Amino acid sequence: MKSATLAQIQADRAAKRAVVLATNLATGAERLIYPNALDGLEPLLAAAVGNAARNDQSGNVDTPEGKLFLHVFNPPLRLVVVGAVHIAQPLARMAALAGYDVTIIDPRSAFATNERFPGVTISTEWPDEALAKLKPDARTAVVTLTHDPKIDDPALEATLRSPAFYVGSLGSRKTHNARLYRLHKAGFTETETARIHGPVGLGIGAKSPAEIAVAILAQITERLRQPKS
Amino acid sequence: MSDDVLAQATIWKNAGKRVALATVVTTWGSSPRPVGSQLAIDESGAFVGSVSGGCIEGAVVQEAIEAMKDGKPRLLDFGVTNEQAWEVGLACGGKVQVFVERLE
Repeated sequence: MKSATLAQIQADRAAKRAVVLATNLATGAERLIYPNALDGLEPLLAAAVGNAARNDQSGNVDTPEGKLFLHVFNPPLRLVVVGAVHIAQPLARMAALAGYDVTIIDPRSAFATNERFPGVTISTEWPDEALAKLKPDARTAVVTLTHDPKIDDPALEATLRSPAFYVGSLGSRKTHNARLYRLHKAGFTETETARIHGPVGLGIGAKSPAEIAVAILAQITERLRQPKS
Repeated sequence: MSDDVLAQATIWKNAGKRVALATVVTTWGSSPRPVGSQLAIDESGAFVGSVSGGCIEGAVVQEAIEAMKDGKPRLLDFGVTNEQAWEVGLACGGKVQVFVERLE
């Protein structure tokens, strides 16, 4: 690989721009292809690059110019945590280790401080406004942790209208049932609200904030890697 | 040392070291690391990242040091069928193909 190619990939990753490195494994010849700018590319290659980026799946493709290895560099997975509460602290750190770009949303500015969440992107906007800007996509997970309907509900409503691959909401079964009742009154169907994982996290008997964070991150991982189970 | 493979490759290169990259390009069966997994290696044999669960990294590092010398990219096959040729293999029974190239 040329140093210039490596530098460009690093620049694209820093800018959170998807890029695909196409390498001819027989010759080492390489070039960078941008999945959002496929016009003018050989159609077979364009389709393969588009699929690889969409599925986040690197692989080989036979083209008129030979067999190419397509190495996908997608922007990181994203985790949006609504509620800058105690559980959010270990969750933000663990999720960052697992490769997530973490954003914490909490309009209560006493909770959402840089001291409590060093190095994490923080928004003190209301969740519906913050999520309108963040635009959760199929590589985004959203978790609400406040138990406060004023904060959690707008976040859930915005997330249910998005293709986010995971949505979870902290709260007891009773809290969750009340939440579902409100969302159904607001016009969401049972099929739609069935996307919400509540009570949140895998059932591993987690008690401490860090353990609950493990349970949540494990469930997010399960949805990411085994989406149909 | 950065745990970002490409960041560490950049750091080594900028420090004037010879660097190679190894990338898993094909897998068959139960391979430990998915396609696209990478290892960066410097001229002393130091490495970051992984292309297996530690089964084949040693052999890949050796080939990477050769690639740093002659500049030729290499496509290496590891798995049950090549166990004798390489004297290393994947305990899990899977197969992987690893592309090794010098950072120019």
